[in-house]
Order: sequence, then structure tokens, then C-alpha cells
Amino acid sequence: MHKRNKNIISLSVITLLSTILGLLFLSPFYIIIVNAFKTKQELFENTLSFPITYTLDNFKEAFNDLDFGNSLFHSLFITVTSVVILIIFSSMAAWMLERTKSKISNIILMMFLASMIIPFQAVMLPLIRLMGQLNLLNVGGIIFMYLGFGASMSIFLYHGFLKSIPKELDEAAMIDGCNKFQTFWYIIFPLLKPISITVAILNTVWIWNDYLLPSLVINNPTTLTIPLKTFFFFGEYTKQWNLALAGLILDIIPVIIFYSFAQKHIIKSVTDGSIK
Amino acid sequence: MKKKHISFWCFLAPVLIAYILVQLVPLITGIYYSFTNWNGIKSNVTWIGIKNYVTALKDPTFTSSFIFTLKFTILSLIVLNCFGFGLALLVTRKSKFNNFLRTIFFMPNLIGGLILGFIWQFIFIQVFSSIGSAIHQHWLLGWLSDGNTGLAGLVIIMAWQMSGYLMVIYIASLENIPSELTEAAEIDGASALQKIKNITIPLVRPAFTVSIFLTLSNSFKLYDQNLSLTAGGPANSTEMLAMNIYNTAFQFNLMGVAQAKAVIFFLVVGAISLTQVYFSKKGEVEV
Repeated sequence: MHKRNKNIISLSVITLLSTILGLLFLSPFYIIIVNAFKTKQELFENTLSFPITYTLDNFKEAFNDLDFGNSLFHSLFITVTSVVILIIFSSMAAWMLERTKSKISNIILMMFLASMIIPFQAVMLPLIRLMGQLNLLNVGGIIFMYLGFGASMSIFLYHGFLKSIPKELDEAAMIDGCNKFQTFWYIIFPLLKPISITVAILNTVWIWNDYLLPSLVINNPTTLTIPLKTFFFFGEYTKQWNLALAGLILDIIPVIIFYSFAQKHIIKSVTDGSIK
Repeated sequence: MKKKHISFWCFLAPVLIAYILVQLVPLITGIYYSFTNWNGIKSNVTWIGIKNYVTALKDPTFTSSFIFTLKFTILSLIVLNCFGFGLALLVTRKSKFNNFLRTIFFMPNLIGGLILGFIWQFIFIQVFSSIGSAIHQHWLLGWLSDGNTGLAGLVIIMAWQMSGYLMVIYIASLENIPSELTEAAEIDGASALQKIKNITIPLVRPAFTVSIFLTLSNSFKLYDQNLSLTAGGPANSTEMLAMNIYNTAFQFNLMGVAQAKAVIFFLVVGAISLTQVYFSKKGEVEV
């Protein structure tokens, strides 16, 4: 009886604690949502209450000022293209590196792994100069750079996964008359699907949210991504919080949609990516 | 044999070319430029030895941002891991709300650092001050207007963003603990605290290593949140290293000095990562 009471008490303490923490984590969302529907005057008077009169004007104006359709398109285009290219080329490279047992193959793999510790700032200045000389300070160039920066981690993940795929499969395909490309595309690549999802999600989250690299690379004001456009937008509206918050909500909506569709995969990928 | 070589290089060529042009060449030229009078544009540079490094180390903004970065890194290391581990313990108990809670705790992690900083700028400046003046609490007023509240603000943002991420890592490790162990301990009459101390913590040690180094290097390299929350202000009091390097290069146009700072930055980050490799290898042997 005593033990049971103790259990009930500890269970209710835990439930209370979870509820409080859950609400605390949600409170920033509550705050930005309620205030994005207010007029400037009303927001100034009270930041915690529900709006008295709901206005959608903030969203309309923020949508126009963020040039949201256009920046959404460029964010999507850059992210999707970079991720597809990363998946194709990293898996190809990882397969060759895993199946070829030679000194040069080992050295290349080590080089990729070692470069995971290089912070972006260490290469930032020479990179921008070099890319400028190669005429790559544009959307095409940034996709190329994401391939260069994302390759290490992607190859690492693919390489680990490929160890569990028997080499006999490759050999059987070759005997049946497949060349290397066919063997890879028709036999190996489909088997890599679980790790491809992980690679896709980890790179999507990183590239979608990246600010510093695009801010240095994309100079054309008509091809700005969401983070870039948000930065400029914010500079203009520091004192008009109702408008700024509506803009931030627009920014977050694609992320929430992505999360609600791929939540299981996202959490699994994060675990895989961090522990390996 | 020849044919095998050709296909090897064909498969590697795309990533290798991108990697060499984007990482390897800039890294090597960057280290070289840090010893020259490079100004970011001209290609005929002259060797000036360690002059840039001397200038960098004598620069008071560099040392103050270094100290601020260290303070922030240590604080966030402690706060984030306590939260992450605490949340993981909370949501691995038998309860039907666990999945819902995990979803909520993890959600902020997907929002980009820049947008996150802007959201919290509003909360710290507007919401804190309106609550503060309503309930007459002066410590809630004037957030982000000095170095201390700026530091606290950055740690709070990172806690909101990263706790859920660390929670996920800890959950994976907690769920691997064999239930026989905890059951046996319960039969022996162990209290909840004793179970955590003697069973849980030793068994999730590898997860601690991963999470600690993850927070160390993430916090040390922080840029986006720093830019959008305080932009280093007021008076550079919350400027972190990554931002100091950026400003040296693009605000003061001292490319050589900025590159020397970047090399120092690289060495510190590299040392953190190598220590992690050492510790996780050591952990593997023990298990």
C-alpha cells in the first residue's frame, strides 16, 4: 500500500513536470502566433493575450515583402538539387571506396573523413575568392559547393552501410553481364535506400537552414533563399514586430510540414548521424 | 586492370573535384595566405611571416570574443546536456504522452539558427519587458542590452533548439539498457536515484561522450544565432569567434589577419574533435 502511494505521487510529479516543460517548449510558438495577428498598436499594449481583432494584413504584407513565392522556390530548388546530387555522387564514390582495397582508395577515404573537422570559417575567405575566379558565385555554384561540403559526411554514412552488403552481389551482376554503372544502379543503389533517406534528411535540414554560405555566394537579389531574404526583411522592420513575426511564421511553415510528414525518419536520421 | 582504374576514377571524379576545389585548395591556400600580406583580391602576395598572427593575438576584440565564446561554450555544455538527459529520462517512462512530448521537444531543432534568433529577440526584448513591468520584476527588463543577459539569452536559445536533439541521442542509448538490470535492482530495493546513478549513467556513457563533444563544437562554432539575436552587440560584448573572423574580413577588410584568426579557430576546433575521437576509441575498448 505504501509503495503504491509512493508510485502515484512520483507519477503525478512526473506528469506535472512533463506538462510544464511541454508548455515551456511550446510557448515561443504561442507567442509568435498570437502576436502575428495583432495590429502594431495592440502588440505594443499586450504581448501575451490573444488578439482582440484578428488581422491577416501582416501576413499579406510579409508575404509580399519577403517575396515569399520566389524565395521559397529558390530555397526548394537549391536544397532539392543539392541533396539529389549529393546522394547520387556520394553513394557512387562510397561504393567504389568500399569495394576497392588499395592504398589510394584508403587515402581518399581518410581524406574525406578527416575533413569533417574543418570549420567553415577556416576555408571561407579563400573559397569565396576562388569561386569568384571560377564564376561560381551564383545558384549553380552554391549547389557545387554543397556537394563539396556535404560529401564527407554522406560518404562516411554510405561507406558504413555498404559494409553490410555482400560483395558477391556485385560479382553475380558482373557475371550476368552488367558493367559497373549498371551493377551500381540496378543492384546496389536500390539496396541503399534506408541510408539514402538518412543522408537526404541530414543534408536537407542543414542546407535548407544555411545562412552564411548563401549570404557570401548569392549576390543576385532575385535568387535569394528564405534565410537570406528574412535577414534583409528583418533589417527593414525591426520596429514593426507584428509584420516581422508574420514573416517568421511563413518561414517556419515549410519546416513544420516537412516535420509532420517525415517525423519518424527525421528522428532516426538524427540518431544515426550523431552516433556513427 | 586498366579498365578497373578508369571506372574507379569515373565514380569518384564528381565528389573529388568538388571536394578539392571547395575544401582542400581553400584550406591550403588559406593557411598560406595567413602568412602573407593578402588583401583578398590580388594574387601576387608577399611572405610576411607570423605578423598576421601577432596582430590577431594583440587584437582586443579577438581575445574578448575568445573569452566570450569559451564562457558560452562551457555554460551551454552544462545546460544543454542536463536538459537533454533530463528530457530523455522523462519521456522514456511508461506513458502514452511520450511520443507527443518527444515531438514537441524535438521540433525547435529543425528551425534554422537565423530565424530562431529573430524569434527570441522578440521574446527577450518585448515579451520579457512587458511581463517584467506587469509584475514589477526588474531583472526581466532590458534583456540583450548588456553582455550578461546576451550570454544568458544565447544559452536559452541553444537550450530550446538543441535539448531535443540531445534528448534523441540519449533516448537511443537509454532504450538499449536491458530491462533485466533495472528489474533486478528494483527487487534488491534500489531507489530511483540509485538506479540512475549506478545503472543508467554508466551505461549511457558513450552517449554522454557524443553529446558533450557535439555541444562543444557546435557552441564553439556558433554564428547564425549570434548574428540574429544580438549581432555581437552591445559594443561587441556578445561577439563570438566566428563573427569576429567575419567582421575582421568584411568590416575592417583585414583579410590576412582574418585568415590568421581562422587558422587559430581551425586548430581549436580540430583539437576538440581529435579529443573526441580519442575518448570514443577509449570507450569502445572498455565496452
